[in-house]
Amino acid sequence: MPSFVITEKCDGCKGQDKTACMYICPHDLMTLDKERMKAHNQEPEQCWECYNCVKICPQQAIEVRAYADFAPLGAAVIPMRGTDSIMWTVKFRNGTLKRFKFPIRLIPEGTVDPYAGKPEPNYDNLKKSVFFTTA
Amino acid sequence: MEVEKNEFRFVEKPAVEEVNCDFLIIGGGMSGAGAAFEACRWATPKGKKVVMVDKAAVERSGAVAQGLSAINTYIGDNDVQDYVRMVRADLMGIIREDLVWDLGRMVDDSVHLFEEWGLPIWKKDDEGHSMDGHQARDAGKPALKDGGIPVRSGKWQIMINGESYKAIVAEVAKKSLDFNREATGMDQNLYERVFCTRLLMDASEPNRVAGAIGFSVRENKVYVFKANAVLNGSGGAVNVFRPRSVGEGMGRAWFPVWNSGSGYAMGAMAGAELTLMENRFVPMRFKDGYGPVGAWFLFFKAQATNALGEDYCAKHADAIHEQFAPYDEPMGTALRNHAAMIEMKAGNGPIMMHTDKAMAKLAETMDEKSLKHLEAEAWEDFLDMTIAQAGLWAAQDVEPDKVPSELMPSEPYLLGSHAGCAGFWVSGPGDIPGAPEEWSWGYNRMSTVNGLFMSGDVVGASGHKFSSGSHAEGRIAGKNAVAWILDHEDYSPTIAESIDELVAEIYLPMEIYGKYVAYTTAPDVVDVNPHYIRPRMLQFRLMKIMDEYVGGISTYYTTSGTLLKVGLEKLEGLKEDAAYLAAANLHELLRCWENWHRIWAAEAHARHIQFREESRYPGYYYRGDFPGINDAEWKCFTNSRWTAENGWEHKKVPYVELVGAPTPAA
Repeated sequence: MPSFVITEKCDGCKGQDKTACMYICPHDLMTLDKERMKAHNQEPEQCWECYNCVKICPQQAIEVRAYADFAPLGAAVIPMRGTDSIMWTVKFRNGTLKRFKFPIRLIPEGTVDPYAGKPEPNYDNLKKSVFFTTA
Repeated sequence: MEVEKNEFRFVEKPAVEEVNCDFLIIGGGMSGAGAAFEACRWATPKGKKVVMVDKAAVERSGAVAQGLSAINTYIGDNDVQDYVRMVRADLMGIIREDLVWDLGRMVDDSVHLFEEWGLPIWKKDDEGHSMDGHQARDAGKPALKDGGIPVRSGKWQIMINGESYKAIVAEVAKKSLDFNREATGMDQNLYERVFCTRLLMDASEPNRVAGAIGFSVRENKVYVFKANAVLNGSGGAVNVFRPRSVGEGMGRAWFPVWNSGSGYAMGAMAGAELTLMENRFVPMRFKDGYGPVGAWFLFFKAQATNALGEDYCAKHADAIHEQFAPYDEPMGTALRNHAAMIEMKAGNGPIMMHTDKAMAKLAETMDEKSLKHLEAEAWEDFLDMTIAQAGLWAAQDVEPDKVPSELMPSEPYLLGSHAGCAGFWVSGPGDIPGAPEEWSWGYNRMSTVNGLFMSGDVVGASGHKFSSGSHAEGRIAGKNAVAWILDHEDYSPTIAESIDELVAEIYLPMEIYGKYVAYTTAPDVVDVNPHYIRPRMLQFRLMKIMDEYVGGISTYYTTSGTLLKVGLEKLEGLKEDAAYLAAANLHELLRCWENWHRIWAAEAHARHIQFREESRYPGYYYRGDFPGINDAEWKCFTNSRWTAENGWEHKKVPYVELVGAPTPAA
C-alpha cells in the first residue's frame, strides 16, 4: 500500500524548505510541489510502506492504500504515534475494526546522555575485544 | 553509440565541498550508528574527527527504519559456542567462526544499551507470562543487564516493542557525533541526504582508502570526504532480482527496498576482497506482504504444511538426509525452503501457515483477557515491522485466529546480517583459539584494503547478526578504525582520482537528459528516447537478467554454467548502457547511482555462483549442472577480487573449524 497525501489536509508544512515527509522518507519518495504547497509520493512502486511519512505528518494528511497489484481495496491501517505509545486502527475491507496500543519507548525522546556514567576509554584496551563500556 | 561526456552544457556544475576528517562512516543504519557511538568515545579525547554520511535521515534509515518486533541475537544465558554452531548449521557449514564467535561475545552489551536508551523489551512476569516493556517497567521488573528475564521467541531471539527502535538508536548516534563535533571544532559532522557513489583511493599508497565522494540529493552539491579510515556500512542489495510483485508491490520487498547494494559495489570497486558472494537469502514469508513468520513458528508454535495438510519438512526429511547429510541436522532455513519447493513444484501448494490452529491451541488454556492479549501480540508482530502485512490481512479480511495464511519463498536478496553471509573478507579479532594467523591483520573488521573497514550486511561469512549484532559489529569496526587512525597519525590523504572528472561522472546522467530530452515528443513520465535509458528501465533489465539467468523465481532458483555465461554477457551489455543513464533531477540521479551499485552487486553474485561448481545452498539456489553439495571440492571459502587491470579473479580459501561438536551430556 503506497502512501498517498490527502489534498485537503496537506499544507506543505507551511512553506518550510522541506516537509516532514521529505525529511523522514528513507527512500526519498516524498516531494513538494511548491506552487500548490502540496507533497506527494513520486514513486509509489518504490514504497516499502514503512509508514514513517504517515507517522510524522503533523496534519495527518498521509495514509496508505494497499499495493493495488495484489491487495483488494477498502482496508486501512492508521497509526497515531504518541510520545511513549502508538495506537493502531486496523479497518478490514468487511468493516471489522481492531484497535491496538503498544509501547514505543521507556524514556522521553531526547533525554539520553550517551556517555554519562560510562567509563572513560582505556587506551590499553584499544586493540582488545572489549567496548569502552565493558572494559 | 557515441561516448557521452559531461561538459556541463545542459546541467549546472555543482558546488564542491571538501570535508576533512579522520574517520568517515558511510551509512547510518544499525552498524553505522553503533560505529558512531563507540568511535566518538575513543576518538574524541585524541582530537580525532568523526563524520557520518547517510543517503537518508539517520532517524529512520537502514534496515530497521520501520521498526522491529524482536531482537534476533541476544546471547543471554546461552553458550557463545552454541551460537557459532547454530550460525554454521544454518549457513551450510561454511562461516568465519572467529568473526561469529567475536560477535557473539560482544553483542549483549548493545542490547543492554538499547534498553537503557529507552527501548521497551518484553519481560516475563512471576507466572511466566509475557509483559510488554511498559508493563514490565511499571511492575518494577529489572532491566536485562540486572537479571530481567526476556521473553524468548526462540533460543536466540527476544521480543521487543520495537516501533521506535531505530529512532532510539539514532538519537544516541547523533548525540555521539555532536560530542565529537563540539570537542574537535567541526561545524558539521553529519551529512544526511548525501549519497556516496564511490570510495576514493590514495594517490601515493597503493591499496589504501583515502575517502569517498558523494552528492546531495537536495541541492546542487558534491562532497569530497577525505579520511584516514572509512567504514563501509551501507547495507545489502534488494531488487537486483525480479521481484514477485512488479507493479506497485515491487516496493514491498522483504528486505528494505532502499538497500541498493552500495556497500558491495563501493568496496568491490576499491579492490576489497569478497567472500561467499554466491550466498543469498530467500526468506519464506507470508505471501505478498512478506510479514515475519519467526514469531509464528517459534512463539505461537504454528505449523506450516502443504495444501494437503502435510508437514513438508517431515515428509521429505529422509530424502533430504540422503542427499544433503550432514547438513540436515538440524534442517536449516535453506533446506526447509527446499522441502517446501518440492511440494510447490509437485502442485501441492499453496504452502499454508496454520495461524488459526496455533491460536486455537493456545486458547485452550487461556481466559478471555489473555486471549485478547495474545491477539494483540500477534498483530504487533506485523505492526512493529511489516505494517503492509497487517494491511494486506485487513484487505483480504484475514483474521489469523480464524483462517490460515499462505507462505511463499521470496525473490533472492544479498545480505550478510540476516540469514545470509555474502560480503567482504575482513580481519578477525586475532584472539579466537585455533583461528589461522592469516585471518587477522591487526585491525578487527578491516577489509583487505588498508584503512577500509566493513560492518553489518557487507561483512561476509558471518551471518545471523541481525539488528543487535550489526550494531555491535559497527562498534567493533569503529573502535578498530580509531586504533588504525592512532597508528597512522602522520597520514595525510591525497586523492588518486581527478575530482573534476569524478564530479562530471556523477552528474553525467543529468547532462545526458538535458541534452536529449527534447529529441522526442513524449512527456516526461512516459519517456522513450533512443539516446538514453532511465534508471527505472535499467533496473527492470537488471532484474530480468538476474531472474532468468542467475537463478531467480522464474526458474525456481536454478541456474547453470551455460545460463550464467549468457547472463554475464547480458550484464556486460547493461554496464555499457549504464553510460547512457539519464536523470531529470537529483532524485532520479540517486536512482541512477543506486542501480549502478546494484549491477556491481549482481555481477559479483553471478560470478561467484559461476565459480562455485556445486549447489551449496539448496533452497536458495541450485546449479542445475552441479546439483549436489560437494564437500571434497567445495567446503571452502570462495574469495574474489576485482581490479581495473585484471577484472574479476577468484580463489578458494580453506575453511577451518574452530568450534567442535558439543560435548555430549554426561
